[in-house]
Amino acid sequence: MLSFFAVLIDGTIYASWLFLVAAGLTVIYGVMRILNMAHGSFYAIGAYTAASAIGWYFADGSGSAGMSFLILIGAALVAGLVVGLAVERGLLQFMYGRDEILMVIITYALLLILEDGMKLVFGVNPYFAYQPYTALGRSTIAGLKVSNYDLVLIGIAITVGVALWAWLERTNLGKILRAVIHDREVARAMGVNVRRMFTLTFLIGTTLGALAGALTAPSISVVPGIGVEVIVLAFAVVVVGGMGSIEGAAVGALLLGLSRAAAVHFAPQFELFVIYGVMSLVLAIRPQGLFGRTLARKI
Amino acid sequence: MRLDKTELALIGLAVVLLLGGLFAAPGWLIFLLTVALAKALVVQGVVMQMKAGLVSFGQGLFYCVGGYAVGMGGQFLGISAGLVLLAIGVVAAVVLAMILGLLMTRYREIYFAMLSLAFSMILYGVLVKSQELGSTDGFNVNSWTLLGQTISGGEQATHAVFVLTVIAAAAVAFFLNRYYRSSVGMTCEAIRENEVRVEYLGLSPRWINYANYVAAAAVSALGGGLTALATGHVDPDMAYWTTSGEFVFIALLGGTGSVFAPFLAAIVFSLVRTYAIEFLPNAWQMILGFTLLGIVVFLPKGLWSLFTRARVDAPVSAAPSSTSNTRTGGARA
Repeated sequence: MLSFFAVLIDGTIYASWLFLVAAGLTVIYGVMRILNMAHGSFYAIGAYTAASAIGWYFADGSGSAGMSFLILIGAALVAGLVVGLAVERGLLQFMYGRDEILMVIITYALLLILEDGMKLVFGVNPYFAYQPYTALGRSTIAGLKVSNYDLVLIGIAITVGVALWAWLERTNLGKILRAVIHDREVARAMGVNVRRMFTLTFLIGTTLGALAGALTAPSISVVPGIGVEVIVLAFAVVVVGGMGSIEGAAVGALLLGLSRAAAVHFAPQFELFVIYGVMSLVLAIRPQGLFGRTLARKI
Repeated sequence: MRLDKTELALIGLAVVLLLGGLFAAPGWLIFLLTVALAKALVVQGVVMQMKAGLVSFGQGLFYCVGGYAVGMGGQFLGISAGLVLLAIGVVAAVVLAMILGLLMTRYREIYFAMLSLAFSMILYGVLVKSQELGSTDGFNVNSWTLLGQTISGGEQATHAVFVLTVIAAAAVAFFLNRYYRSSVGMTCEAIRENEVRVEYLGLSPRWINYANYVAAAAVSALGGGLTALATGHVDPDMAYWTTSGEFVFIALLGGTGSVFAPFLAAIVFSLVRTYAIEFLPNAWQMILGFTLLGIVVFLPKGLWSLFTRARVDAPVSAAPSSTSNTRTGGARA
């Protein structure tokens, strides 16, 4: 019973992390039809920026946990917006309208560039930003010690998910965005500035990626290569849930998070296997993912 | 059997490479060429699928299967004959591809890319967790024999793998040159152009993709096996997705215009990487990234189009005269 509960807690924590990582990817794909290979790099940039900012804030030995949270989120916003805007204006806006598979390759090139760009800016030594993590302490739930920081992470994931949903479904801008998702050409014919919507979407996507990185930074050591590991996990979540679907990403994250937690507790040698195993299984049964739309074939 | 120009050039190049490699080139260059040619075989597998409009971001799966078959055959089955080890790798990859292909051939575009990536990551996940196979470190390949001769390190080993690789590469290129002109090969290009119309012709794109997928797996596994023999080591990174990304990179660098293109691209890639890592260890990926962008934008048909473009474009620029029009037609036919 205890181990069942542990799987539930671990799985939910991991799922909320997966959702945060994958949300930006699915938003960008949903609107722009770009499978952003460089999403992991934005995650890493967010992590590096947050870790540097936290390190700088705590450099003199004092500092409050609440303030450090604001710094985390502020760092993510700055990193995601600045780098996202640079990438969208400097590169992607010239590539719109190309094949989906070609966009994968273009963003792959972007990933290679950003990976080394980070090494040049932040160096190759690890960064640590454990202060917010340790400051919150631990609590005991039904005999299990759980870090409060991880519980806050669950809250943030739910907030981000609900906010994205409400924004898409309940605001005017969201309505316009859904029109673009549904039919780009008709939306343009109705006077929607599709390119501006693309810029906006890309910035939201990259900022979400950076936010995921910034929130992860306190619980890991930030080293080169973290983005490359994360991107394939985000792919798995998005593919399972159906590409471009927010609720799909949430369900996909829960499914994968719980499966992985179960594997870690009962059969640790299958830890990595289980994520891609579930992904392949879902794709075999529902190629468009759990919440994806089927597309008619066109000649 | 009549040989066409490509095939004659192929045999000529292979002979030149062998003679030059064995009598003139320094050891490091032979090793670099060997690994580049072996990887080019994996790239040939990627290109085979690109011709059918599919981009595999998981060709490392078969590369890894070929490599691990060589390593495990020596380690656990006590087989030392190099050719047998390579054959085991190819057979293992073909069997795996025949199973996975049933699923893979249902997908196109980014779904194909993602699913192929997922399968290679599954293998990676299994290998890092298996202690008997050295986990993330992998393990060394035992010493092996070639036609009865024991190959154990030093210059002799470098030369043996080099000869084996050149011959294998030439043989694969020979096969591919004919394959691309066979009905299956031609239909692959038709599928890329318009899959629904291929169905109208009464053909099954799915089974043609299937045959192509399995053949590509065999070619890639051969490349993996040769790499394992050349470097004497295998590790799970062979199946990691960045390795597959590198193969896609080389495939795009060369283009799909000729069976020579992947070899050329792989050699250019290896040389550039060797020097870039030496001089700019923390920026060589960035160079690769900008190169890739440059290719996508300015040379969408790859480096190989530099050689063919002169032939096709020159008459077009002089289009108004009637004689050049017929030449244009001739060059395109």
